[in-house]
Amino acid sequence: MTKQEFTITVYTENHIGLLVRIATMFSRRKINIESLNTSPSEAEGIHRFTIVIHETEEVVRKLARQIEKQVEVLKAYYNNNEEIVWQELALYKVPTDEIAEKVKVERLLREYGARAVVIRKDYTIFETSGHREETDRLVEVLAPYGLIEFVRSARVAIIKQSKGFHEKLKEFEQAEPGEELVENEYLDKQDEVFSM
Amino acid sequence: MSTTAQIKTTTGPQPQVISSAKGDELTGSQAVLEACIAEGVTTIFGYPGGAIMPIYDALYDYNDKLKHILVRHEQGGIHAAQGYARASDNVGVVFATSGPGATNLVTGLADAMIDSTPVVAITGQVFAHLLGTDAFQETDVVNITTPVTKWNYQVTDATEIPAVLAKAFYIARSGRPGPVLIDITKNAQVQKFRYEGYTPCNHVRSYRPKPIVRKEYIEEAARLINAAEKPFVVFGQGVILGKAEKEFKTFIEKAGIPAAWTILGLSALPTDHPLNVGMLGMHGNYGPNVMTNECDVLIAVGMRFDDRVTGRLDKYAKQAKVIHLDIDPSEIDKNVKATVGVWGDCKETLPMLTKLVEAKVYPQWVEKFRACDAEENKEVIFEELHPSTEKMTMGEVMRILNELTGGDAVIVTDVGQHQMVACRYAKFNQSKSNITSGGLGTMGFGLPAAIGAKFGAPDRTVIAIIGDGGMQMTIQELGTIMQTGVDVKILILNNEFLGMVRQWQQLFNDRRYSFVDIVSPDFVMVAKGYGIAGNKVTDRSGLKAALQAMLDHKGSYLLEVMVGKENNVFPMVPQGCSVSEVRLK
Repeated sequence: MTKQEFTITVYTENHIGLLVRIATMFSRRKINIESLNTSPSEAEGIHRFTIVIHETEEVVRKLARQIEKQVEVLKAYYNNNEEIVWQELALYKVPTDEIAEKVKVERLLREYGARAVVIRKDYTIFETSGHREETDRLVEVLAPYGLIEFVRSARVAIIKQSKGFHEKLKEFEQAEPGEELVENEYLDKQDEVFSM
Repeated sequence: MSTTAQIKTTTGPQPQVISSAKGDELTGSQAVLEACIAEGVTTIFGYPGGAIMPIYDALYDYNDKLKHILVRHEQGGIHAAQGYARASDNVGVVFATSGPGATNLVTGLADAMIDSTPVVAITGQVFAHLLGTDAFQETDVVNITTPVTKWNYQVTDATEIPAVLAKAFYIARSGRPGPVLIDITKNAQVQKFRYEGYTPCNHVRSYRPKPIVRKEYIEEAARLINAAEKPFVVFGQGVILGKAEKEFKTFIEKAGIPAAWTILGLSALPTDHPLNVGMLGMHGNYGPNVMTNECDVLIAVGMRFDDRVTGRLDKYAKQAKVIHLDIDPSEIDKNVKATVGVWGDCKETLPMLTKLVEAKVYPQWVEKFRACDAEENKEVIFEELHPSTEKMTMGEVMRILNELTGGDAVIVTDVGQHQMVACRYAKFNQSKSNITSGGLGTMGFGLPAAIGAKFGAPDRTVIAIIGDGGMQMTIQELGTIMQTGVDVKILILNNEFLGMVRQWQQLFNDRRYSFVDIVSPDFVMVAKGYGIAGNKVTDRSGLKAALQAMLDHKGSYLLEVMVGKENNVFPMVPQGCSVSEVRLK
């Protein structure tokens, strides 16, 4: 099995210490986390981790189950890049005089979907969102003009097939889960990764 | 000689009667103890210290309801709690103070985690306002213990205590059990709050202790079993933890399938059951290892395919269809790919499966195991149990012990050669009788775990079988025995070596015996110093009488048996080899 990029989406309680518990799942197996984002989710009070790693599907599947086993984790899904829509946000700080003189700002904004967030006399901050290749390209373009600072956020991703967590959460809140809470994906052949 | 651990009320103030009705004002410490009582805890193992003093102060008033066993080291405390849990049906509880008290628990937590033992550890912590200031005896216990606990939590406010402890006990004992650690800051222990009573927890929304059993997998599994010609059952501690011994026995008896056990599954099925074909793995029996690679359907029940069981994975049961029953979904397909994974509590899944399987017998197939037994007997077992050597063997000690106990004792072992020999040859009639550190292999586990086991099963004979190395790792717990008067029989099998490492050095490192020639004190004299009777046997002629004297003795007893220095444990599946390459010599 070849390694590829996988995005793991974890729905959790919002508790102190959970980040460590999830992070150790990866570090224990000497797996590098390429990007990690925590945020609220569509369901109130439920936290959402979005974690990107470069691994084989077998490793990712086992990892997802180990993560899901943690007491405060409700569900962990993993998807390849075809199964999700994702974005990363990037910020670029450049000297305003350089940019004003040498680069056509409007062209930049158009070509890279960039947006000026702050324009001051001494510096200008652009913002783009997109895939890594796109944000990387803008770094290359801006580098010759004295890129002062660059930062890129973690990936945030939406699972194409997902119908959201609201219904699932109701199932979890019941003491006796109904049949719809499919816990055993074994014979489901994983044809729909998000098996709600 | 022995004194009890009761508080001496003659010299100090009288304990007070604490009212814990709804609406009463309690301290956080009192709430901790109320929770323990409500959860059915009667015995607590622990060691006091600065940051847990308020809880110990409260314990003074609860002395009539909660028996506190003062151990000599926190590691001893948690191993005792583990032994207690494994010999009884209760959660083991251990108290320790912050800092070193808490870090001394880590080995036991890791052991309980990998062996799925229900333990609740309560640690004191510095005042909340001192957290993160490097205060005296402050350690980040929650983060240190995260990878070795099923769940952990830090309490900084007393009002949280009833609900947090309810959750702790529920998580520790439900589903696949495990250790839970609750760290309580000192301010929360002394804080007074309005007690609203104790409500046990039976649901945590993000936690599913048992996966839903899906009938289609049971049906699929039954189809495979019914079509099998050489089915083979391998079972582990899941049968014991699920209290499914009866269901398991009914299943194999109806299906007529030979069954072999992992080291933690031992005693779930009586030793002399006709379908019990022995032990799996590195030092397991010849038949089960070889037949793993000959069976056509392998049915794994409540076991996790540890590497000591499977040997080389890419040559493990490749010819077989694998049915894996486990309560923990992450175990299915983790090491061995299952043809059918049956997720669920085996207490539920086994009867469902039994209903669907045809009543059968496989006389020729079972005979193959017996043929292997005969060969193993000829090559290994007979000589081990009836040695022709001058020096005694561990196996013959076990043989005579079996004769004397009849298989009714709780056997607690430490880790190493004696552990493998004890598990291979000990006879068991009933479940929850074998207590050993299987997954973590913790030397020093035996003595404190035996103390805990005796408190957990006070009506049973508890025998700790320990090597000369492991005995010296937690020898201080002889003090706990002395103070509590608990009746534990300690059987030291002394080969004057760290035997298992020596065996490997002999077999794989060209006899380069590097730092395995451990020197021991006079164990009998040490025991005497603790007021524990003892004896040492160096000669075969005195062995049986000495074992009998140990068992007959009222109270704890230490018997040291000198065995052959360079005896090896066989059969053996060398590391990196397939189970079918098991060596008889």
